[in-house]
Order: sequence, then C-alpha cells, then structure tokens
Amino acid sequence: MTGNLKDLYQEIILDHSRNPRNFGTMENPDKSAYGNNPLCGDKVTVFLSLEGDKILDTSFDARGCAISIASASMMTEMVKGKSIDHAKELFEKFTSLVTGDTDPPGELADLETLSGVKDFPTRVKCATLSWHAMLAALDNSDKEIKTE
Amino acid sequence: MATKIDSEIHQRNFDIDLIRLDFPILSQQVHGKPLVYFDSAASAQKPRSVISTISDVYSTEYSNVHRGVHYMSQKATDAMESAREKIRSFINADNIREVIFVRGATEGINLVASSWGRSNLEAGDEIILSVMEHHSNIVPWQIIAEETGAVIKVVPIDDNGVFDMDAYLDLLTNKTKFVAITHISNALGTILPVTEIIKDAHKKGAKVLVDGCQAAPHIKLDIRAMDADFYVFSGHKIYGPSGIGILYGKEELLDVMPPYQGGGEMIDVVTFEKTTYADLPFKFEAGTPHISGAIGMGAAIDYINSVGINNIAAHEMDLLSYGTEKLKGINGLELIGQAPEKAAILSFNLDGVHPHDVGTILDMEGIAVRTGHHCAQPVMERFDVAATIRASIGLYNSRDEIDSLVAGLGRVRDIFS
Repeated sequence: MTGNLKDLYQEIILDHSRNPRNFGTMENPDKSAYGNNPLCGDKVTVFLSLEGDKILDTSFDARGCAISIASASMMTEMVKGKSIDHAKELFEKFTSLVTGDTDPPGELADLETLSGVKDFPTRVKCATLSWHAMLAALDNSDKEIKTE
Repeated sequence: MATKIDSEIHQRNFDIDLIRLDFPILSQQVHGKPLVYFDSAASAQKPRSVISTISDVYSTEYSNVHRGVHYMSQKATDAMESAREKIRSFINADNIREVIFVRGATEGINLVASSWGRSNLEAGDEIILSVMEHHSNIVPWQIIAEETGAVIKVVPIDDNGVFDMDAYLDLLTNKTKFVAITHISNALGTILPVTEIIKDAHKKGAKVLVDGCQAAPHIKLDIRAMDADFYVFSGHKIYGPSGIGILYGKEELLDVMPPYQGGGEMIDVVTFEKTTYADLPFKFEAGTPHISGAIGMGAAIDYINSVGINNIAAHEMDLLSYGTEKLKGINGLELIGQAPEKAAILSFNLDGVHPHDVGTILDMEGIAVRTGHHCAQPVMERFDVAATIRASIGLYNSRDEIDSLVAGLGRVRDIFS
C-alpha cells in the first residue's frame, strides 16, 4: 500500500464529514434502504423522494467514519435532481473510481476527491456503503445491505 | 539452542531489547516506519523458537500420530504428547486426560455447549453469561439454548467495566445450570474474579466454563486452585501457532459427556452395530489433529516459561500504567474500561474522530492497533459506542512504542484539527 494520507483526508472530505449535507431521516420517503458493515459497525440509511423516474430529494442518516460520512454526503448532493438511471450510472462510475478500475471518469465532481481510497483497500467498503444502500433503495430491495 | 540461552538470561533480568530479538517479525518496517505491534489480543507474534520448532517438525519428526508402528509415527506422537504434558503443567491441571487439543478456544466452547449442553440442559434451565463476553462465548450458548429451551441471563458491568458481583449473585439460582464467563475481557481488559464466581456457581450446583484466551498469555494460571469445570484458550494468542487450542475439562465431567465429533482417533472398536469410544483425551479428538500446531504450542509454552510468566505480567503492568497515564494526557481521549483489576489492554476513543480513521492514520505510522467492536458488540452497546481503538500489549512491547502511539495520535489530531 502506497496510500497518501493527504489524498485520503483532503479538506473537502473532512468538511463533508464534519458538516454532512442532507443529513437526517426523511418523513415518508418513497424509498429507503439500510446498509451495515458488521465488521466495523458503520451504519447508514438512505432516503429517497421520487417523482416519476426523478430523484426529487434524498437524505441519509449514518454512524460511521469520515470516509463513509463524506461519501454519503457527497452522494446525496450529486444524485438529487437526477433520474434513477442516471443515479445508477453514477453508482457504477463511483465504485469504479474507488476500486481503481478506471481513471476518474469526470462528472463526479467533488466525489473524485475520494479516489485516494483506492490506495487503502481496507477502506473501500467505507466509501461504497451508502452507494450500495442507495442502489438497494432504488431497486426496492428490502434486504439489508452488508459490506464487509 | 541460542534462543534457550537468550531466554535464560531474560529470566534473570527481563531485557526488552533481547526479548524483541526473539521475534523476527518485529524488525520489519511498515510504510517506511518500524512496526509497532499493538494487536496481540487479536493474535500474538511468534518467537523464533516456535517458528523453528514447527519447521523442525516437518523436517525431522513428522508423521501421523497415535497409530503407526513405525519410527516416525512414534517420534511425532511423543512430540505431540510431550506438548500436551507441557500444557497440563502450564495450567496446573491434574492429568493429561483433561487436556484436549481443539482448533482454538471457539471450538472448545462449542464442544462444551454442544456435548455437555445437549445432555444436561432442559427447558427453563438458565445459563449465565457476562455482558463482556466475546461473541464466541455467546453464540454457542444461544444455539444450545434455542435447541433445549434453556434461557440465557446476562451479568452487567459498571461504568469502569467491572463485573457486577451483586447482580451475578442475584441471577444465580437453583435454575442456573451453567455459567460461561471470560477470565479477562478482550475489549476492556477487565480481569474477572473467576475463583469467586466459580465458588458461588458451585454452591448452586452449576458448572462453569472460563474463556481464558486473554488470560493465558498474561497471568499465571492454576486451574485446580480456580476449580473451573472447563477452561479454554488458543495457541495463537500465547505466541504459538493458529488453528490449535486447548479445552481443559474436569475428568469426571468429560468422562460422561458424549463425543462432539465422530471419526478416526476417537474410537475404540467400530462395528456397524455399535462403536465404543476411545478414552480421554482422545474421545474428543476425532480426526488427524493439528500435529505441528500442538507441538508448536508446546514450544510457545516453553518460551513463556523461559521468560517467566510473572516477569511478563510485571512488564505488561508497567506498560499498562505508563500507557494509561500517557493516554489520559491526550485531550478528548476517552479510555473505555478502567477496572482496578485490569490486563494490558488500552481501549479508547478520540473525540470527533471515528476509530477507523484513527486506525488508518496510525497504520501509516507503522502502528498496528485494532479498531472495531472486537467481536464484543454487547460491550460496545453498553458504552454506547460503535467501535473503539484497542492497543493490546504483549511481552515484546516497549515504553518507546507507547510513545510512538501517543505521537501517532498527535498526527491524527493534526489531520482532523
């Protein structure tokens, strides 16, 4: 592992972890899903409010590390107002980014700052937990999401 | 052997620099920094004497055990049985029939829960655990409780992580059939008053299993004085190999318990009409055992004996008080588990920083700590935390390494300020 801590904990990531956007539960969401990493105890619930195939609003409630909170915070900012298909496309792009499969694909904006995670294999699950929860919510999966 | 001579010197005068030379892995660098290993409660590193013993087994005395008439089989059997005797003496058990080789403490607990539990527990019987148990001393009892209709009762702890003796005595009734408790909490370091706990359980006719995983590497064990009915511990936590461990059980209990697994080695006569079982300890050792593991575990005990368990305990207590004092000086650091009777485990949280972020930053400084729930989720819930950072101390740790940990935590503060 040749990861650089400065890349992993960039100021923008720390800012999102300290002041997460769209943080909190949502009254009467159209969809929601719970994700849990039983190995580390990170927990996240993602809430979605939909109109047709568009994500009108989204929020999350979570207990976790800086990486998982920042990723969830940036994700909610990113997918709000997007179509469901577009959000799923972003899921693919983001997971490729943090697993190092591709170069930063563009379009992910601030989320690209999380690409440093790929050099810390034990922390990739932290970054992707909320994304898996969002995908499960969109797919109506009532199965609890687990990453470990 | 050079290692033996080194160790004789240690015994006279515990020299941490010499001890560290016995552990080849400790001279490594991690991320360009000297390895500081504070995860011995999860698994301890191995001295050269254990590593070379395992290698020697395969080079010079390996064969299957207990069956062959040939020279090598006898040699391997002698080596394995000599390891069993070393372990008997280490825990001061009465005889080797009470010393059963298992895969690890987890298998030992499952064996007792399944074999003793199935033949002794009935609906409404009660099993007492403590809130500090490792998952491996909770789940096997839940499985057997589910099967038999027995009920699990849990002894609470106070804010310092001390076992609540009064609550225990209240829970202990004529319905209590079994008590399964840890000797030392892996998440908090609390040392439980097991001798007293056992004595009280016996007054009610209940049997007691003690999970000794965290005790065996750190304090002198005397099973007979303790009067435990069952005691389990793992090889890899006492500086020996993984995949091997010990179940101690009183002979009169083991004698009447049904086998846990069937197979070779545990039989006397097999016919399709009826099979009779081997005598103890082999009745509970179905299949070819972890031969080199057992012999390696014996070598680990030789190593501990040569350094001296009391020397080890004194060294670790020094590091515990030094580390406790240093950590208490860090702003926003909360120590979790401050029992007066405590082993060398420092579990803590840093205000405003998740344990995983601390773990990653310390790792980049070459410092290995454990972050998470330590397979003790009920303890985390008790203190209302998702996880903690745990620095667990072994005989090879030093004051300099505590200083490195403190400096590493300063780095965490820099990044998260």
